[in-house]
Amino acid sequence: MTDQAVEREVGRSRLRKEDARLITGQTNWTDNIQVAGLLHLAILRSPMAHARITRVDVSPALERPGVVAAFSGADLADGMGSLPCAWPVTEDIVLPDHPPVAVDEVRYAGDPVAVVVARDRYAAADALESIEVDYEPLPPVLDLEAALADDAPLVHSDKGTNRSYLWPLAAGESFDSVRERAEVTVKRRYHQQRLIPNAMEPRAVVVTPLAASGEYTVYSATQIPHILRIMLAMVTGVPEHKLRVIAPDVGGGFGSKLQVYGEEALALTVARKIGRPVKWTESRSEGYLATHHGRGMIQDIEVAATREGKLLGLKVDLIADMGAYLMLVTPGIPILGAFMYPAIYKMDAYEFNCTGVFTTRTPTDAYRGAGRPEATFAIERVMDELAAELGLDPVELRRRNWIRHEEFPFTSIAGLTYDSGNYEAATEKALALFGYDDLRAEQQKRNERGDAVRLGIGVSTYTEMCGLAPSRVLRDLRYGAGGWEAASIRMLPTGKVEVVTGTSPHGQGHVTCWSQIAADVLGVPFEDVEVVHGDTKAAPQGMDTYGSRSLVVGGEAVHRAAQKVVEKARKVAAHLLEASEQDLEFTNGVFSVKGSPEARRSIQEIAFETFSSHDLPDGMEPTINAETLVDPENFSYPHGTHLCAVEVDTETGRTRIRSYVCVDDVGRVVNPMIVEGQVHGGLAQGIAQALYEEAVYDAEGNLVSGTMADYLVPSAADLPDFVTDRTETPAANSLGVKGVGEAGTIASTPAVVNAVVDALRPLGVHDVRMPCTPERVWQAVRSAGSGKEASA
Amino acid sequence: MIPPAFDYVRPASVDEAVRALADAGEDAKVLAGGQSLLPLLRLRLAFPELVVDVGRIPELRGVRDEGDALVIGALTTHHDVMHDPLVRRHAGLLAAATETVADPAVRHRGTLGGSLAHADPAGDLPAVVLTLDAELVAVGPNGRRTIPAREFFVDYLQTVLAPDELLVEVRVPKADGWGFHYEKFHRVAQAWPIVGVAALVRRDNGHIAEARVGLSNMGSTPLRATAAEQALAGAGDPDAVARAAESAAEGTRPSQDPSGSPEYRAHLARVLTKRAVLTAAGMG
Amino acid sequence: MTHIKVNVDGTTYEDEVEPRLLLAHYLRDRLGLTGTPIGCDTSNCGACTVDLDGATVKSCSVLAVQADGSEVTTVQGLAKDGEWTALQRAFHERHALQCGYCTPGMIMAARDLLRENPQPTSYEIRQALEGNLCRCTGYQNIVRAVLAASGQEAPAVAEEVTA
Repeated sequence: MTDQAVEREVGRSRLRKEDARLITGQTNWTDNIQVAGLLHLAILRSPMAHARITRVDVSPALERPGVVAAFSGADLADGMGSLPCAWPVTEDIVLPDHPPVAVDEVRYAGDPVAVVVARDRYAAADALESIEVDYEPLPPVLDLEAALADDAPLVHSDKGTNRSYLWPLAAGESFDSVRERAEVTVKRRYHQQRLIPNAMEPRAVVVTPLAASGEYTVYSATQIPHILRIMLAMVTGVPEHKLRVIAPDVGGGFGSKLQVYGEEALALTVARKIGRPVKWTESRSEGYLATHHGRGMIQDIEVAATREGKLLGLKVDLIADMGAYLMLVTPGIPILGAFMYPAIYKMDAYEFNCTGVFTTRTPTDAYRGAGRPEATFAIERVMDELAAELGLDPVELRRRNWIRHEEFPFTSIAGLTYDSGNYEAATEKALALFGYDDLRAEQQKRNERGDAVRLGIGVSTYTEMCGLAPSRVLRDLRYGAGGWEAASIRMLPTGKVEVVTGTSPHGQGHVTCWSQIAADVLGVPFEDVEVVHGDTKAAPQGMDTYGSRSLVVGGEAVHRAAQKVVEKARKVAAHLLEASEQDLEFTNGVFSVKGSPEARRSIQEIAFETFSSHDLPDGMEPTINAETLVDPENFSYPHGTHLCAVEVDTETGRTRIRSYVCVDDVGRVVNPMIVEGQVHGGLAQGIAQALYEEAVYDAEGNLVSGTMADYLVPSAADLPDFVTDRTETPAANSLGVKGVGEAGTIASTPAVVNAVVDALRPLGVHDVRMPCTPERVWQAVRSAGSGKEASA
Repeated sequence: MIPPAFDYVRPASVDEAVRALADAGEDAKVLAGGQSLLPLLRLRLAFPELVVDVGRIPELRGVRDEGDALVIGALTTHHDVMHDPLVRRHAGLLAAATETVADPAVRHRGTLGGSLAHADPAGDLPAVVLTLDAELVAVGPNGRRTIPAREFFVDYLQTVLAPDELLVEVRVPKADGWGFHYEKFHRVAQAWPIVGVAALVRRDNGHIAEARVGLSNMGSTPLRATAAEQALAGAGDPDAVARAAESAAEGTRPSQDPSGSPEYRAHLARVLTKRAVLTAAGMG
Repeated sequence: MTHIKVNVDGTTYEDEVEPRLLLAHYLRDRLGLTGTPIGCDTSNCGACTVDLDGATVKSCSVLAVQADGSEVTTVQGLAKDGEWTALQRAFHERHALQCGYCTPGMIMAARDLLRENPQPTSYEIRQALEGNLCRCTGYQNIVRAVLAASGQEAPAVAEEVTA
């Protein structure tokens, strides 16, 4: 084929098409939606972590002005179903029922107990106060290890255990055998604190019923309109073809809107029951209870190595906090990490076991990185510990173990085939940008002087698996669906283009990037492309947006669909130009006949010719539109090297990030500006886990960090400028792209904590639990005993 | 979340406000800038029957010079306090601490009087007025009374103000010639201080002649670190200041919460007192 | 119910409102000015920031009755005749937004800063935006945008061509 796609768009920092509405306030957030007769739904939530419900009386609420309906869990029990878990990771997983409104037992503070529907949000909030509920307290289950004891109180008493599942993986030699021949072993326990995702837009859902025909439109602040539609049909019994789900403007997700929430099922159930449109919008503090949390794991990790620092084996035992119920992919989150503990390193043995445990806390589920940040943290932390044990520079230890660039494609011990990468190149670039040697020299000086403010340097050489996911792999992992993505291209009669995508953006810039991809293949102006998404009527097929999958799967689908359009258009062009297809060239959107350049037709003209269909090739359908579903053959493996320098005040325990450098390899880049933005945001969230954020529960199971005043999301004043750069090894897909949405978050947390520990290691500190609060740092220095701490 | 329903009046004068408060008794809340009250209402942690909005009483706003003292209207916003030339010249500690309160938008609405009447020991300004030996002037049905700052704060979120009394102004003695510093230690910019230390230092011949140290969030009320203050008198070098600061936590009863244990807070009080005093004394 | 008269983005409205009605809800639910979103209930996030009589406020922490007789400017009132302000342009050109939920508040807060300090440093910008949370951008491009809008040099982000 002679035609060469001239790439004018891919690789270019196109300003975003999305911005115009967002910077002028012409937005369409779910809570903005107003329809005639709209009622507001409010939810009474359990103030206790664990209790039997002995009485619910909603009748006082019905007496209140403006209240249209009120329901207890029992009132709704018949029609509301059980919320789905699509990832039962083992055959014998304990998978409890999960009613959207609790009927006889509440299992976390925030578990819904009753619902009111009123004329406006104020009346609904007032009515909640008058609902009477009697609880009989049950013991909370909060400690992950104690929960596994034989006599532990049970979250789900009918299940006889708090263990949801045990998921093992073993590869290569047995760990015990390599430990025997190892000269050094290092074993550590790390804690992944619970995090609250904090998408800036609180969740909201609006359901408008068309009672006469039994049709419902569900607007939801969701990442997954397509999955939500299927699941709502299954949960509520509303037939799928009568359900339309729309994700309007969605203000961030980070995994927290990758969910089928009780409130979505509830709004549909209630709208169906009363035949009126309803809206529910969470307040931030309500969302802290009701929107799933992330992380929440205890990690026991052990490495075995030779004295020269060659890794022999790795063993990981994980206890993962499921929270009170298994939600959409709750049990699978730690399993996504299972394959990432070996990271970029070669070894002979790998053993992994994950135990999923129920607790009386808000369920956990995907949060930016979902399993891979936890894995990356543990391996990168323990690599630093091993380096310290061996007296090696941490970068040097990594060098001795990583997969060399000439070894790609490389099958990791966990069984993943890394298609491309160059760890040496990324690391060299990062070290140079960071001024690694100078910082090490400064650090040494400060240590020798015994400065109160120490300098620490942390490194993280991460890779991750994203671009979820090959459907066959998902089958093997017992995930309930496939991992393909859909795209179609509609060539409109006037030559404009609609790209219909199954991805569902909420800040990522798909409209801009998909336009760039389509414009290049079709040879049409960027401005002539529009992208349609997030509405199951307009974009009927899709697997939505999560797991850094949109570009590598969805963008790939757009690319291939556009190529199909060109092939169809070629037939029309050949017919119109009276040439054979082989004699046509296609450049910059124009078909021309080789050797007679005046004989030409643009693809946009062909769109009109196809519309009129007056003169098409015999037997050809009158369309050059095309549709593709892409099932990826492999995951995507971005990688990079992150370096962080911190100054730690040993007197107060305060950590300040002095510099942060990252060099990421995300393959070929469609829009460098957007990639950089994704990296920045990812870094901020990873740093936030390292230093600031934690969902704290008290001994009764109440969420103590229950408002934004208590849960410390960092502001601009709390974060540094980042230095970002890239290296590029093309991925083995047609665009050569890798995912970028989660990389920054995955890489940065260990870089920061490694830096904090590095600063304090001369004082005898080997770990600081996350978040590395000033008090924890101070306590670490103090208990290490050799600090400058003066007070007792 | 959504505030509970309440009745609302917007008096045009202090007298009207006091009458409204007196009529309502315990169930009334004064609304000034609303930056403490509105979040409480939205989280439904307060259920007033009546909200008395004093925001439109002009006489409560502004700063005037009364010779030895500045008189700051209770309704003067944080933004106005921190930019006021009189405050900056004569009560620099108050200006400096006010700059650390919340964020610019909150400082546009929040008021000095409101912060003090709210009496959150984790607030920055209660400890500052305590350090400045300010006086608070309240008006009630029986007239005006002047309350020294050290008598004003009674307990967590409690002051000596009667339900029918309105805080109208804050009299701040001029601290001309005193060095000052407010050392706020918080985990993120918006967070409450784990501990805050206000230092006011008068130097004489290179020595500290007199030092005052106020502590935020070291007990159920703002506190003065009196032992440290006494020990600081005469300190002439950083080591002496550091030694004196070791007694900064004496007599305090800091709380336990996720941002700090009592033990850590006591430690911070000592370290931050040292730093605040050194900066205030120009020895830092 | 209390009678209020408020000018919002150049239009005067008179309404009877419950005293407890938040200004943010008044704008969104009564006036349909949904350009100003709400992101929290503790006045931490700043998404709802508007200008009230020439100074920023968090409209979730102001009662509508407190705005009686006042002039309110929201993000929807910034552009004149479709012409964006320098800040709006800079946010676009420096990729200072992703999901865009914090953007109205960020722009209003940055506008307030530039009124008081027309040439702020990066540090001053970060401090001035301490009451506005963003979960997408990591803030760096927001800082760049404010620098750019104030006519100061900032590393160009846009229209870099690679490959």
